[in-house]
Amino acid sequence: MALKLKDYKTTVHNDWCPGCGDFGIVNALQMALAEMGIQRDKAAIFSGIGCSGKTSHFINTYGIHTLHGRVLTFAQGGKLANPEMTVVAVGGDGDGLGIGAGHFVAAGRRNVDMTYIIFDNGVYGLTKGQASPTLKLGEKTKSLPTPNTNYNVNPIGLAVASGFTFVARAYSYDVRHLKDLIKKAISHKGLSFLDVLQPCPTYNDINTRDWYAGEDLAKEAAERHSRIYKLEDTHFDPVVHYADQQEVDEKLAQALIKSLEWGTKIPIGIFYRNDLISPYTLRLTDKIPNYLENPPSKQNIEKNGIPITDVSKILDSLQV
Amino acid sequence: MASIDFSWLIGGPQGSGVESGANVFSKVCAEVGYQIFGKREFHSNIKGEHSYFIVRVSDNPIRSNVNDVTLMISFDAETIFRHYDEVSSNGGIIYDSDLEKITIDSVHTLDNYFKQRLERDLESKNKPFTIAGVLEIAKERGVKLYPVSFKSLLASLAEETENPRLKGLVRMFNVLGVSLSLGLIKMPPDSLFKSIDSIFSKKPQIAELNKQAANYAYNFSTSKFTDFQHSLPGTKKQSETILVQGHQGTSIGKMVSGCRFQSYYPITPASDESVFLESNEILEVRDDRPGSTAVIQTEDEISAIGMMIGSALTGTRSSTSTSGPGFALMTEALGWAGMNEVPIVLTLYQRSGPSTGLPTRHGQDDLSFAIAGSFGDFPKIVYSSGDIEESFYDTGRCFNYSDMFQVPVIHMMDKFLSSSVVTCKKFDPSKITINRGKLLDKVEGEYRRFAFTEDGISPRSRLGLDNGIFWNTGDESDEFGHITEDPVMRMKMMDKRMSRLDLIAKEIPPEEQVVSHGVYDMTIISWGSTKGPILDALEMLKQEGISIGFIQIKLLHPFPTESVKSLLENSKVIIDIEANHSGQMGKIFKQNLTREIDYFILKYTGRGMTSTEIYETLKKIVENKAEKREVLRHGA
Repeated sequence: MALKLKDYKTTVHNDWCPGCGDFGIVNALQMALAEMGIQRDKAAIFSGIGCSGKTSHFINTYGIHTLHGRVLTFAQGGKLANPEMTVVAVGGDGDGLGIGAGHFVAAGRRNVDMTYIIFDNGVYGLTKGQASPTLKLGEKTKSLPTPNTNYNVNPIGLAVASGFTFVARAYSYDVRHLKDLIKKAISHKGLSFLDVLQPCPTYNDINTRDWYAGEDLAKEAAERHSRIYKLEDTHFDPVVHYADQQEVDEKLAQALIKSLEWGTKIPIGIFYRNDLISPYTLRLTDKIPNYLENPPSKQNIEKNGIPITDVSKILDSLQV
Repeated sequence: MASIDFSWLIGGPQGSGVESGANVFSKVCAEVGYQIFGKREFHSNIKGEHSYFIVRVSDNPIRSNVNDVTLMISFDAETIFRHYDEVSSNGGIIYDSDLEKITIDSVHTLDNYFKQRLERDLESKNKPFTIAGVLEIAKERGVKLYPVSFKSLLASLAEETENPRLKGLVRMFNVLGVSLSLGLIKMPPDSLFKSIDSIFSKKPQIAELNKQAANYAYNFSTSKFTDFQHSLPGTKKQSETILVQGHQGTSIGKMVSGCRFQSYYPITPASDESVFLESNEILEVRDDRPGSTAVIQTEDEISAIGMMIGSALTGTRSSTSTSGPGFALMTEALGWAGMNEVPIVLTLYQRSGPSTGLPTRHGQDDLSFAIAGSFGDFPKIVYSSGDIEESFYDTGRCFNYSDMFQVPVIHMMDKFLSSSVVTCKKFDPSKITINRGKLLDKVEGEYRRFAFTEDGISPRSRLGLDNGIFWNTGDESDEFGHITEDPVMRMKMMDKRMSRLDLIAKEIPPEEQVVSHGVYDMTIISWGSTKGPILDALEMLKQEGISIGFIQIKLLHPFPTESVKSLLENSKVIIDIEANHSGQMGKIFKQNLTREIDYFILKYTGRGMTSTEIYETLKKIVENKAEKREVLRHGA
């Protein structure tokens, strides 16, 4: 029986603030899972801590709400032990790029076949609006006592530098575009990263819905338009087509340069995509040929309570 | 008492082949039937600092080192300076005669604290501050000196075998040293060649070169040195004996127990276990296709425990191995596993802290931390192994406990165990059983991961199981695993989880909780790797007609109060032996039994206890000459 969108929703009460950008992301994620027809019990949503951490409770698949900054570690462990699962990790920008930045970089190097979505709103909402790693230097959102003294992390740039093989940005109020990107990210064989720009209506009074919509620009330019534009509407080609180092270098550099564009024009869409890098599971298969057919979670380890692993060769080699 | 009790010390700069020399020696002794207890001491350094290995050899079972060294072989001056006074009066020192004029000052790896102590000692004995000086002292004590010029030995070997390459091969010093030693103690040489062959089985040319050198040095020694009083001609070989290294008990135990995922971050002295697991990652499985252990080196210990938990959620038996500093980073996630009732086994190879402490040295300083590690109240098990053989079987128990009670299990090991090499009875995998507790293979109807049940343990689904969807959260949750802040649900969930501590105490058989090695008027309580030296010390006392009891507490949390209480009912004097400063287990004992410890025997030099020093201290207690707190200090 084909599953419908509502099958992917739980009845758990959602306590996000009215107008929160998180709603668009959880809706898009549910839509993507439904459209892809992914069986509910073959998918797991791992989440970090913060408003975005609650996402896993709203989706009717396996849902693992982990620790602040550590979501990628749990998610990778789950995926590697049971590679048949569709694994999506979600978390805030403070979670993933502040306390969890080390795991972000290390995950890129591994390229485990899963998807990581960052809910990027520039503030720590659940602790009342402190500056998060993506807030720009000198900006003062409303609950900051003084302007932000740190330079911002560039999530797209960090992802391409760390080895993520699918790097994209979306905007939480363009749900259809976001959903399509999530589907592409999940289908990608390797670690995909999605930086989702989202207003925090309660604490971020700078990057608001109106700001993304270009309301302030409209006043100046007398013509209403959005800051957001789609890379796919331009001639930007993010894909590495050949296993050629020069092409890889160019695509990486192009993604980095494009990621620096901010202000009156903000690109969304796919910045970089390289299907030619082996996912971690394949790297394991090089060492353990039957790893994918017989992964850790599928292995028989006992029969009637008696271990069936045969270590006699190892023990014989130690015998004197 | 053992009729043969021989301790051999090999020392030299780190990276000079001390360990491989000791491996050859141990293997040869084991091959001819002896029991071995070997232990390595080393600095936190890659090359150049002093390291040494003491191998004790006997024809009876031995479980520890003693203070006295019977024969010392040194390639460098530092070994002589540091250990000359450990050699027993009827023992011997084989040393490089080219070193005699070396002064204390010229050995830059000798630290000032040691230099000052040594110089004061030499000054008081009116000896020069040189190798010749310390050797004179040894000689006056009756120690036999066997000077060999290693360089000339290599040169004449090169000449005799017409192989000029040999002349400059300093790397051969360890083989020469081992062979000189074996010649001196009249060990049959065949097993020496056999052991070289097995070590260099993939490099036959190098094996040949080493055998030539070994043969030459062996003959040199037997023909030149004839007055050494000790000989090890071989003894009846015990059947089914293995020569095993410290980390192999837990790692082979993990393979047999069905651990299929191990994530780790490199740390001394725990990483050897993970490296061994990865070296043997493909597993043979009876009547099934090959299995495997996914061994993942992570970016830090936080990731190691996160991945382990993620893997455990799929129903895979999962583990990590770490030491104190790594465990410290894991504590937040440990609480998450406790909150979400995830079975994991964390093998904790303790070293000497706090902070970086003595990173390559021994200590049992982490008991309080293992028990209290992580904030909030949640159930966990802390279990300890007394020796390498035990650690194999205990690994099986730890996985069963974690599955049966759905709690994290911390398996306490330490540096004393990890850097030991011992002979023991071949591990018997058929003695390990696998009990997965309430792990589900299928789910019917509505599933609640944290359903309230009579015994407080809920049937456990796993990621990917049909119809087994559940939620986990570090927040307090309801039966489905969804967040709740309801005060009544909070209480019920806390009670559900914490009731497990009583269940654990009830369900784990008493003999797995506490092992009694005899109970007398005076009884020792201890835990972990002190077991070996304590048992050997008690044996020595028994020879003198002194009986002291010993109970080894294996389950440290929840503390087996009832078992311990009933065992000690008739003991009047309680002696706590631990390798830490504050008697951490003694404090827990006191807290649970409301009974005072009469004597503490503690050691925190970073070196393991010898049976000699435990024996001497126990004797002091028996003779009523001991302080309440006795501190051991043997070992360089």
